[in-house]
Amino acid sequence: MLQYRLWQKILIVGSVILAAILAIPNFFTKEEVALWPGFAPKGRIALGLDLQGGSYLLLGVETEKVIDDRLTAMRQEIQRAMRPTGGRERIALEAAPTLNPAADSITLRVRDAAQVEDAAKRVRDLTRARAVIGAGVRPYDIAVTGPRIDVVMHPEAKRAFGQEALADSIEVVRRRIDPAGNKEVLIQPQGADRIVVQAPGDNDPEALKQIINRTGQLSFHRVDVSVSPEDQAAGLLPPNRIVMPIAATEGGGALVLWEEPEVTGDMVESASAGLNSDGGGFQINFSFDSRGARRFADYTREHIGELFAIVLDNEVISYPRIQSAITGGGGRITGNFSPEEANRIATLIRSGALPAPLTTLDQRTVGPDLGADSIRAGGIASIIAFGLVVLFMIVTYGRFGLYANIALIANLILLFGVLSILGSTLTLPGIAGIVLTIGMAVDANVLIYERIREEITGGKTPIQATELGFSKAFSAIADSNITTLLAAWIMLMLGAGPVRGFALTLAVGVVTSVFSAIVITRLIAGQYLLSKRPKTITL
Amino acid sequence: MKLLKLIPDDTNFPFTKYRWHALVVTLAAFFGSLFAIFAAPGLNFGVDFRGGITIEAHDTAPIDLSTVRQAVGALNLGAFKVQEFGAPTQIVVALEATPVEGQAADAGQQEIATRVREAIIAALGDDVKFERQEVVGPTVSGELTQRGFLAVGLATTMMLAYIWFRFQLQWGAGAVLGVIHDTVITVGLIALFQFTFDLNVVAAILTVIGYSVNDTVVVYDRIRENLRKYKKMPLAELIDLSLNETLTRTVVTGGTSILALAALVAFGGEVLRGFCFAIMFGIIVGTYSSLFVAAPFLLLTGVKRDWAKVKGAAPAQA
Repeated sequence: MLQYRLWQKILIVGSVILAAILAIPNFFTKEEVALWPGFAPKGRIALGLDLQGGSYLLLGVETEKVIDDRLTAMRQEIQRAMRPTGGRERIALEAAPTLNPAADSITLRVRDAAQVEDAAKRVRDLTRARAVIGAGVRPYDIAVTGPRIDVVMHPEAKRAFGQEALADSIEVVRRRIDPAGNKEVLIQPQGADRIVVQAPGDNDPEALKQIINRTGQLSFHRVDVSVSPEDQAAGLLPPNRIVMPIAATEGGGALVLWEEPEVTGDMVESASAGLNSDGGGFQINFSFDSRGARRFADYTREHIGELFAIVLDNEVISYPRIQSAITGGGGRITGNFSPEEANRIATLIRSGALPAPLTTLDQRTVGPDLGADSIRAGGIASIIAFGLVVLFMIVTYGRFGLYANIALIANLILLFGVLSILGSTLTLPGIAGIVLTIGMAVDANVLIYERIREEITGGKTPIQATELGFSKAFSAIADSNITTLLAAWIMLMLGAGPVRGFALTLAVGVVTSVFSAIVITRLIAGQYLLSKRPKTITL
Repeated sequence: MKLLKLIPDDTNFPFTKYRWHALVVTLAAFFGSLFAIFAAPGLNFGVDFRGGITIEAHDTAPIDLSTVRQAVGALNLGAFKVQEFGAPTQIVVALEATPVEGQAADAGQQEIATRVREAIIAALGDDVKFERQEVVGPTVSGELTQRGFLAVGLATTMMLAYIWFRFQLQWGAGAVLGVIHDTVITVGLIALFQFTFDLNVVAAILTVIGYSVNDTVVVYDRIRENLRKYKKMPLAELIDLSLNETLTRTVVTGGTSILALAALVAFGGEVLRGFCFAIMFGIIVGTYSSLFVAAPFLLLTGVKRDWAKVKGAAPAQA
């Protein structure tokens, strides 16, 4: 039992050496590792946000709003479809179609029973033209009961629209935070309507949130100067006009605008911040796509001398007077912008609008200094813990304690090797997991040594006692470590980021500690006993 | 070389004889903990479960807590706490989730956080640095609470199932009784010392559950082995024998684990202190429960004596 074959010895020592090699990249920077040849190990243990500093944001996508938007648009189209166009006669409804958000449905009542069939057909044609969403599912179900037609969004379609909104939101968030794709920012979906953003380093979380939480809806409107301030205050507006507040940087107040925009943000192709060419402050330069350029040119040609409002997220950010027709396919937004604000607006315009507003549900930020403190404290604690345990084992078990310590070191090497290939993330609780592993790793050795002690007391020779010790302790070692693994598994499943880091190091630590206690200690102890054949051993 | 013997070889402590004394101690600790958790002083919930805001601020000079209290109090945001954190130049400001008029609950928390930071800057000057900020809205805190309970419940159930599978139902019940005992008393101690009860502490409790069952299993494993070996020995005597045989291991492993954790508590920094304390308490309590709760419980229920037959390994020799 204590005897190992040569290949077994090579395998054991080899696995520890391999683990040591796998852990090497952790001692170099990422850039250095990238230059290594292809066969070299490159996996590194990443530092969690709590150790390197950074921000974690959990964002909620209001998918309900996306669904409502879709239904509202559908309702408008249905209403339009009932009008007389192209030889089709008008279908009279008892009232405008009603929207029931709770049931995701639109209901309309046709006045003339003879027209119900025709109305249903027009609605059906409309919904057929609307988005094919795969799997052969129609986005809307249509039910006709007497004069009443119910248009209900299919649950599959609802889910698909939600997923689409989530995917679109992630894309927009990515374009806003990491336009060049060169930052170490992690943006992932979570569940059906959540986005996790993990931004390491000293990114300012407030700036991050400001740019994420804005919808980024841009539009260009005609300004109506004919409404008197009194009428405006009293809410007496001509039809199709809206009151829009003006940004504080532009002097505050409000303007009356035509509700229908002349050009919308989705026709903007690019945008960038630059110095104001008229001197003073910063401006945003933008250019339209071909459709937008044509519309903008036509509009400016026809409205020279008029005011013109640029609206971002329900706020007028600039309202210049049109001096001449702008045919260059682009323009600039001037205002009292700081460089940061100009940059932010340019990024917002470039990245496009979010399909729905995002809500920050959970935010955790750790400063880089605190992270560095935590690493230092964790490191000191680990070394002290290691020293205490090593000392304790030698004092308690003498020579065999030393063997257990060698196994403990091998265990740590294995642990780091495994964590490196897994490319796992080390968090502050993860460091605690390692320290706890140091304390608990010797448990298997203790179980074995206590067995050996008993067997020696029972009159067995050292070699027999050691063999029996290892074999008899095994069932207790296995059972007790499986329970720890079970606990770690639950944490991995249910825990949040830092807790998972703890669970992972604990779980890997349990496995490596059993291996080193059972296999490595036995190898060393066997080597000693078989070569020296001592008459007695002290434990 | 003379080796350290924590437990003399001939130790024979009659654990089961003291089981009624132990029961009194256990019940007192158990109900005392329940009192500490639910009555006074109560759990000091962190933002994970309560929702709200935690902001850690560092300044170059020692911070006057009352200045900050006044500044934050002036915002009229409801209950809040300002505490020194690790050093006189470092503070933590914690606010409970309060609704903001006209805003969705989750977005409101973000706005409050901004206002609190501005108030702190106004009170302490521009040198102040915000090293940690946690803003948890009511949606997430509700989910986290649910998941915390689920995790502890699931862990307990799985331990019961595992030990049932490896031993017998009443052994599993004994171990789970130990787990419940350990969980309640550990949480009670967290309440008593007013450590922040957050997700990390739940992880600590899960670790304690793992450790406690680990400890119990080692003892159970020995009891089962002795049941095979000494077929006629009275159960109480047999349990005492098994506990004494494994006592050195119990003490040494508990000792090394506590040594390691003590290093973390002393040097591991302020953020993890509650977490490490929780595990350390838990290991002590868990060790106690293995000796005085889980093992004596078997006396109450009785156990199957003839293990050899069922195992099918070695035919019965007696």
